[in-house]
Amino acid sequence: MAGPERAQYNAAMSKPIIEVRDLRKSFAGAIAVDGISFVAARGAITGLLGGNGAGKTTTIGMLLGLILPSSGSIAVMGEDMVRHRHRVLPRMNFSSPYVDFPARLSVRETLEVFGRLYGVRDRAARIARLAGDLHLRRFLEQRAGSLSAGQKTRLALAKALINTPELLLLDEPTASLDPDTGDWIRAYLEAYRRETGATILLASHNMAEVERLCDEVLMMRAGRIVDRGTPDALRARFGRDNMEQVFLDIARAGEATP
Amino acid sequence: MTGAVGRVGAILMRHVYLWRGSWTRLFDLVYWPLLQVMVWGFMTEFLAGKSSWVAQAGGVFIGAVLLWDVLVRGQFGMTLSMLEEMWSRNFANLFVSPLRPWEFATALMCLSIARSLIGVIPAALLAIPLFGYSIFGLGLPLLAFWTLLLVFGWGVGLALCGLLVRFGLAAESYAWASIFVLAPFSGVYYPISTLPAWLQPFAWSLPTTYIFEGMRAVMIGGALDWRMLVGALLLDLVYVALGYAVFLWAFRRARERGTLLASGE
Repeated sequence: MAGPERAQYNAAMSKPIIEVRDLRKSFAGAIAVDGISFVAARGAITGLLGGNGAGKTTTIGMLLGLILPSSGSIAVMGEDMVRHRHRVLPRMNFSSPYVDFPARLSVRETLEVFGRLYGVRDRAARIARLAGDLHLRRFLEQRAGSLSAGQKTRLALAKALINTPELLLLDEPTASLDPDTGDWIRAYLEAYRRETGATILLASHNMAEVERLCDEVLMMRAGRIVDRGTPDALRARFGRDNMEQVFLDIARAGEATP
Repeated sequence: MTGAVGRVGAILMRHVYLWRGSWTRLFDLVYWPLLQVMVWGFMTEFLAGKSSWVAQAGGVFIGAVLLWDVLVRGQFGMTLSMLEEMWSRNFANLFVSPLRPWEFATALMCLSIARSLIGVIPAALLAIPLFGYSIFGLGLPLLAFWTLLLVFGWGVGLALCGLLVRFGLAAESYAWASIFVLAPFSGVYYPISTLPAWLQPFAWSLPTTYIFEGMRAVMIGGALDWRMLVGALLLDLVYVALGYAVFLWAFRRARERGTLLASGE
């Protein structure tokens, strides 16, 4: 890489991968996200934490460009997600237990289709690698509709990793999984981040998951970020032993507020 | 293969995989056209002995029902492919990928071509031994009629896909039924002059009217009326433009309302 190119590369790499400023979204007058601002550093795992209706999924939807903000700005890898989301979508991916796959397609066919959508060049090798890593090899010819919850979650993760994304957005990645499978998924995400330097933003209700994975946690309530920090800092600030207690303190403080 | 072509190909592959693994879906493609051809074929045989017009224009009903099915399969090809994504709750997965709306629409159009060919050709072939009528006898005009009907099907299909994006599965029944509203005004089985005078201007605002009048001109008069083809083509362009505008509008509204993440629910 030549000097100017190296400088340009370094400048891009030092910028936050997500920059959200004063982001708001309301649906028919009901406020879902109320003026949030945050940045996610490259290579960090950021947790969006909050109760039901706190605005986590809406925030992720806006980060993906699937939901248009009412106001504010979102830049992902330096690109405005309202206007130019297609410039960065090939470099990011998403998984949610609330989005499914065609039931009659096999695991291999599903990954082949998404590999093509993301322009993955050596799809056969990539699918083989992911199937091995995520213990899906013996299910490759099985229909997606016949997989168990844990197998489906691994398929969703394989799809989310098909393009080796630099930014991975995960909505409740271990929801409805048994503790063993959940723990295994968390270990896999840690390894993926370590190997690729990817940035991960995850929305979760699972406090142990957030505590284990996240470098920074954004606590959301009623569409706002009401606190933020590392899990250690949050625990210390609230004088609590674990994130579950911190979460309850924040949620109940909201209930007490008229 | 990368870029837009690869992404359109990905959507096509998804449906090829689906058809390959589901004989019921393949059967569904050919079932109605076969049934329609048989009903109208026997009706033609019955009427031919009673009406000199039908006797003179042998096969006009079978030709009409086959071409009408090109339109129906063409429109269903778009809306059913869209519904498949909604039924499987796969919509958000597609649109967080680099797939653009126009690429998705292009894939739907390709699927509608495939559906019309798979659905109508077996019925057209069946009519040859069963009723001694070959629609392929129309020659090159058949290709023009087929194409013009498909393109109109795309226009209607795009608008209906827009409704599905905007209103979700609540709009599913429109995807199935809407096209049939046009049948009485399109002169599929009778000349447009049969309609009351006040309805005829509306009929002439539909490309289907020009196509079926053109078909009868070829089958009865033996001559291709170019004015019919040009009229149908110009109206097709208007309807496809309108359909795509509705589709894009609905897609934007769905992004504003946040329904893309929950489509299918």
